[in-house]
Amino acid sequence: MQRRDFLALSGLGLGSLVLPPFLGRAIAAEQLLEKIDVGFKKRLADAALQAATSSGASYCDVRVGRYLRQFVMTREDKVQNVVNTESTGVGIRVIANGAWGFSATNVLTPDAVAATARRAVEIAKANAKLLTEPVRLARAPAYGEVSWQTPIKVNAMAVPVRDKVDLLLSVNAAALNAGADFVNSTLFLVNEQKYFASTDGSYIDQDIHRIWMPMSVTAVDKATGRFRTRDGLSAPMGMGYEYLEGGGRKYISPNGVINYGDRYDPVEDAREAAKQAREKLKAPSVKPGRYDLVLDPSHTWLTIHESVGHPLELDRVLGYEANYAGTSFATLDKRGSFRWGSDLVTFIADKTRPGSLGAVGYDDEGVKCKRWELVKDGILVDYQATRDQAHILGKEESDGCCYADSWSSVQFQRMPNVSLAPGREKLSVADMIKDVENGIYIIGDGSFSIDQQRYNAQFGGQLFYEIRNGRITGMIEDVAYQIRTPEFWNSCVAVCDESDYRLGGSFFDGKGQPGQVSAVSHGSATARFNGVNVINTARSLG
Amino acid sequence: MSIFSEAQCKAILDKVIALSKADECTAVLTGGVNGNIRFARNSVSTSGIVDDVELRVSVSFGKRTGSVTINEFDDAALERAVRRAEDLARLAPENPEFMPAIGKQEYRPSATFSQATADLTPEQRAQIALDSIRPCRESGLVAAGYLEDSRWFSAIANSNGNFGYQTGTSADYTCTVRTEDGRGSGWVGRNANDIREINAARDIQVAIRKARDSVDARALEPGKYTVILEPHAAAGLISFMMNFFDARQADEGRSFLSKKGGGNKLGELVYDPRVNIWADPWDPDVPVLPWDGEGLARDRLPIVENGKVVNLLYSRYWAQQQGKAPVARPGNLIMSGGTKSTADLVRETERGILVTRTWYIRMVDPQTILLTGLTRDGTFYIENGEIKYPVKNFRFNESPVIMLNNIDELGKPVRVSGDESSYSMMLPPMRLRDFTFTSLSDAV
Repeated sequence: MQRRDFLALSGLGLGSLVLPPFLGRAIAAEQLLEKIDVGFKKRLADAALQAATSSGASYCDVRVGRYLRQFVMTREDKVQNVVNTESTGVGIRVIANGAWGFSATNVLTPDAVAATARRAVEIAKANAKLLTEPVRLARAPAYGEVSWQTPIKVNAMAVPVRDKVDLLLSVNAAALNAGADFVNSTLFLVNEQKYFASTDGSYIDQDIHRIWMPMSVTAVDKATGRFRTRDGLSAPMGMGYEYLEGGGRKYISPNGVINYGDRYDPVEDAREAAKQAREKLKAPSVKPGRYDLVLDPSHTWLTIHESVGHPLELDRVLGYEANYAGTSFATLDKRGSFRWGSDLVTFIADKTRPGSLGAVGYDDEGVKCKRWELVKDGILVDYQATRDQAHILGKEESDGCCYADSWSSVQFQRMPNVSLAPGREKLSVADMIKDVENGIYIIGDGSFSIDQQRYNAQFGGQLFYEIRNGRITGMIEDVAYQIRTPEFWNSCVAVCDESDYRLGGSFFDGKGQPGQVSAVSHGSATARFNGVNVINTARSLG
Repeated sequence: MSIFSEAQCKAILDKVIALSKADECTAVLTGGVNGNIRFARNSVSTSGIVDDVELRVSVSFGKRTGSVTINEFDDAALERAVRRAEDLARLAPENPEFMPAIGKQEYRPSATFSQATADLTPEQRAQIALDSIRPCRESGLVAAGYLEDSRWFSAIANSNGNFGYQTGTSADYTCTVRTEDGRGSGWVGRNANDIREINAARDIQVAIRKARDSVDARALEPGKYTVILEPHAAAGLISFMMNFFDARQADEGRSFLSKKGGGNKLGELVYDPRVNIWADPWDPDVPVLPWDGEGLARDRLPIVENGKVVNLLYSRYWAQQQGKAPVARPGNLIMSGGTKSTADLVRETERGILVTRTWYIRMVDPQTILLTGLTRDGTFYIENGEIKYPVKNFRFNESPVIMLNNIDELGKPVRVSGDESSYSMMLPPMRLRDFTFTSLSDAV
């Protein structure tokens, strides 16, 4: 995950006069509901396709994108900021003389777009001089004129800001009334209106929605100088405002912690968070050593993201990310034979699951999205590839995981939703815990860090409970566990069944230079890992 | 061409301020040209140029504020922007912590501009990539790197008569060199306002040497070691800690600078007395814009003096609540040191570990600023003043506060930037006792 962009966004609450550049320009809330006419977008796209091919391009794709975001930020009884942003423009990618070229413009006229296409061709021709191997593009069907929309029930951009402010302030009040000293809550909304056209004969209009409501609840004990924070247990989702309107199934752990699925009750979570933050102030510190870990899906998503999703990005495996995010231990020679995990471990790549952040109809190079296996019954079987990478894996078609975070960014390989398949045998969380003699039950994501080849990782969490002889005995603190990726997934001895399956995810997965962010979900059911190294993170500053 | 002159900026900003009928108006005009070139697998992968200019207009009626951003600057567009911001302000919720626009500031210019960087051409960028790639290709090594340069201008004005304008440039070069078999990896990074301070043909030799020397790394037991952190290795830890000098957080009891029983640690000895950290927009080695994101004029700001915390960052609101002076947010960090290079420190080390670079640093416990992360791209065992052999990378769990109480010696500061920090920094190499490594990593 990218910390710099997240920090820049936190700056929005601190009165900075400058927006982080990737957000584009500030607009009024009602402008969030405006759309660009599809016929107009097609005319722009055709102008680009025509200009590119007549200048010598063998392939061209055009993305007419309007990227909208809304942030409502609060702390305690105050609204810190309401920001609406828009960024609109056209990104054009071509192949000429076997090389890629890219150019972008924010001027939405056929002439400007055609000139931009010609510039992309010039850049491709210049790049071709440095080329060692021409681009080989896997075929993509011509879909004609099609459209896709995130299956939302309520467009969050259409909900009045007043209602959002009221909800956030009621969340904060619930936390304060339940014993919190401080609370921050924020609503982040994203709408990507994307039009894709290519010389392959596809014209794809997509309307993509995402929602996230993070909160942070802090309890302070001034006498001891201790403070503890419990973050919200919501997940960012590919959904509309219905995510916040309640009514869904709750997932209540054997010790009463409330987790959420495809509906979130932020007021309830804030109340619980305040109580748990106070409990954390007094919880005993963990004794370091080997423990069996029982990991809730609200936690496991981040472990999957870092130790499975990233090492299977093909560009990283090949060395294209070596200078920044790193390479991967999952080299191509391991495909088909490397034991990634125990027989219980199957990882599915999926850009189709409703409600997930990665779900779209078509990726940013016009490939229809799908679901495929990366690790099957513990064995590494596949990677994540784009059209120009498919041939490296001997594939006829792309996996459909190409994405750009803006019209002005070049699309490249990004992680699809990568999820741990639920167990095939019926198993509840309570039954899983009954068998654990010396363990820790972890709920919520916390600190995370992993090396540049994705071997050694360390994770924290939000809530830690000691398990002794099959019973949850109470809360503990100062827990972090350290893993070596293959050993960790090979220590997986149980996964709960589908009835416990939930998604977690991130709005800010960072990759590339210049850096781009993407949003991705990871699903799992509660899972058990035996004999994991747990360290104690308490220190004294004297 | 997206560099507006001072006169152009003043004309636009004056018009905006004059158009506003709100109680107050602030306008910020920023822009620039960013160039980049990226290479991997000994070949250029992408290159680009982005230019952009934007005007942000913020107006307030009472405690209600509205803001809009535009990138057109004719009279009609300016008028539309101001009217739109006023409409938004009328609809906005009241901000109980609203602070009025700042008064007229004195901005003393800093030397942030270099003509050589501003004049950088695509051919020169390609040459820097080739200077990095060629020696690697010839030696059976693999280079992946990135150069990003920018020239920018920033102008600010408000209805209290405040106005500021400055131009600047920056260049940031990094390159990772790996052996073909993937058993060795080295890295070099350079950051400057003036591109002439970056010499890829020379600098790449550092990464090449480290890549070769790091092959066949041996495993050492994790534990507490004397370490020499090169300035780049220290940058991620120090800059992370400096994000937590906010006075309000400390007063609220939720900072490592909060005091048991209430209050903050302002004036207290928190670090080894040799630690001195300050910000200075006019520092000749690391100049930055002389105002912060709100337009407050930056001044030289001592933060840690002889180990004592001498300044916390008071926002305008919190300063008003606490009867203190507000402090402009720093744009750079400077830490004092000695005169010795990293190599000098190595020569005087009986036993220890040299760390080239740290990676993926994240907060583990804000109570103590306990951070975790890993070493990367060149970690070596030192014995009797010599680098004996490469060692496998480590994961550390260490607090920079504890680390800066375990100083053995500080060397000569050099300019660095962090992987994930917005600060430009001058940091010394540092030899530290009892640095905590908690596990080994197989990553190269």
